[in-house]
Amino acid sequence: MKKLHFLEVEGNTKGFYTFLGIFGLISLIGVLAAYYMEHHGHYVTGMSNQVVWGTPHVFAIFLIVAASGALNVASISSVFAKTAYKPLARLSGMLAMALLAGGLVVLLLDLGRPDRLIVAMTRFNFVSIFTWNIFLYTGFMGIVAIYLWTMMDRPYNNLTKKAGMVAFIWRLILTTGTGSIFGFLISREAYDTALLAPMFIIMSFSFGLAFFMLVLMASYKYTDRPLGDYVINRLKNLLGVFVAAVLYFVIVYHITNLYSADHRGVSIFVLSAGGIYTFLFWVVQIGLGTVLPLFLLYGPTGKNRTMIGLASLLIIIGALAQLYIIIIGGQAYPMVMFPGMEVSSSFYDGVVASYAPSLPEVLLGLGGVGVTLLLVTIAVAALKFLPASLADEVVDPHAK
Amino acid sequence: MTSKIEKEDLSRRNFVFGSIAAAGLTVAPGVMLYQTANARDLSKPVSSKVRWGMLIDTTKDVDWNKCVEACVKEHGLGNEEHSRADQRTQYIRVVDVKNKTTGYSMSLPVMCQHCEKPPCVDVCPTGASMKREDGIVLVDRHRCIGCRYCMMACPYKARSFVHETLTDQKTTTPRGKGCVESCNMCVNRVDNGQLPACVEVSEGAIVFGDLNDPESDISRLLAKHGGKQIRADLKLNPGVQYQGI
Ligand code: SF4
Ligand code: SF4
Repeated sequence: MKKLHFLEVEGNTKGFYTFLGIFGLISLIGVLAAYYMEHHGHYVTGMSNQVVWGTPHVFAIFLIVAASGALNVASISSVFAKTAYKPLARLSGMLAMALLAGGLVVLLLDLGRPDRLIVAMTRFNFVSIFTWNIFLYTGFMGIVAIYLWTMMDRPYNNLTKKAGMVAFIWRLILTTGTGSIFGFLISREAYDTALLAPMFIIMSFSFGLAFFMLVLMASYKYTDRPLGDYVINRLKNLLGVFVAAVLYFVIVYHITNLYSADHRGVSIFVLSAGGIYTFLFWVVQIGLGTVLPLFLLYGPTGKNRTMIGLASLLIIIGALAQLYIIIIGGQAYPMVMFPGMEVSSSFYDGVVASYAPSLPEVLLGLGGVGVTLLLVTIAVAALKFLPASLADEVVDPHAK
Repeated sequence: MTSKIEKEDLSRRNFVFGSIAAAGLTVAPGVMLYQTANARDLSKPVSSKVRWGMLIDTTKDVDWNKCVEACVKEHGLGNEEHSRADQRTQYIRVVDVKNKTTGYSMSLPVMCQHCEKPPCVDVCPTGASMKREDGIVLVDRHRCIGCRYCMMACPYKARSFVHETLTDQKTTTPRGKGCVESCNMCVNRVDNGQLPACVEVSEGAIVFGDLNDPESDISRLLAKHGGKQIRADLKLNPGVQYQGI
């Protein structure tokens, strides 16, 4: 096993500036879209008084959930002392921060009054889980930053394990907090379950690792650095396990719902009667986002890099569909005010609310992904996040 | 945990709403005249001795749409120019309920239920969604950041988000793009000793009063006939109760 050697990505190249330009542009378009929505008001969006959180929230929650999952690789290396993951730990921590930043930008820009950020940062209602999340997010940034520092600054290396432990615990709480945003909404059938918080943790494992793999493979490809099968095979096997675990939770969630009289409705809605939500569930979340990736990862194509990349991308698309169903489907499904009765009103009581994403909403959401990738691009050029080589002879302890 | 800051805050807000109500005096001086005897002393904080509530008798044959109209007029609603129907503000709406098996049907007005344990207040990150000492739940629109979490949390769909810039507003009901709003039990009127607008036009089908005062009309009616809460199973103990549901 050769010595591991970290190196910045060469910043003064055409390729680097191209990526910088693309991601910068996507971010800029996102910000402009937000400005457009803010300037006119939310009437230009698909959101309404029935579906109050729309597509931006789908992206924001995706990025935030993926952020804590992206840290997994680092946690496995420092907390569970698996040396094989050590070369990847820095990227893992940095990506986690970048994902969180991207998600928070979207969340912030979708507020009705983003100009009042200062109110949100100074006046707290400590009963609110939202308030706690503000602390969890800022804390996460700080802790992961320190964690990265202990990894990258030799005199502090001996603290890495401790910092990694704190970061690991913090991220579990953070995802629980994100899941609880929904878990506290007792009045909405789709969210009224204790399963939501653990399900979000498993989802974070899968979404975060899928994103991590794409970033890893792309950065090694475009910088012509060697990336051996040893690393990729381990990661893809892990990814498959996470995808299967999410599937397991989804099955348990719906079965529990179907067995409980007052939650049956929402599961029947998603599984069979929900139109677009049913389509998204079976075709995108389950078909494209779960079954196909599992096949690509474990089937005959399991060694093909392109197919592994495709599987990761599909998992992310499935993830967005899953969150779309949870967040938007959960709101579209009518709230029960009079159990067993048929209700109607001018305020859309008793009917499935309609929602169609508007272009600015989608652009803002993608803008968040752009911000994440922009930050990653800058970071890998500025600091030593990526090993110069991840070839098998460098990372595989058994290689000759 | 009632910290000093919170107390300070409450009085600040009372000041805010107090001054609005005082402005109301000049807006409609005639209306106030008879009722000033019950008006709250605006220089003092809202008392927690009272808990305002409403009892709505759905068996009475009244046109609930009149209540909706009165509310719209009182708060200057319905002035959106661009919003879609599902984006417009409604403080109060008429809900038609039908029993599928028996075919029995009825209508009832539903507005913010002014919960004793309001989820909208619990979830609000900034404390903009708040419950006054007298039980009235409302949004401090100068503090709301428009996150809409309260709308997600409310089991009665009582809240609306302002989807566009509004002009031509009532000074007594400040509203603003990007903020959430809902029925405030006509706090501007109540603080002046008047009845909420919907109660006034309800032909006696909605009784307004102090739930904490056993001698009040509302308490006596509740003691005699009982009252029902929508989704009582959630144990939020709304201040708005119903008969005949
Ligand atoms: S009805 Fe809704 S808005 Fe009104 S107090 Fe209860 S939870 Fe809050
Ligand atoms: S929308 Fe306003 S009132 Fe509602 S929870 Fe957010 S900050 Fe509070």
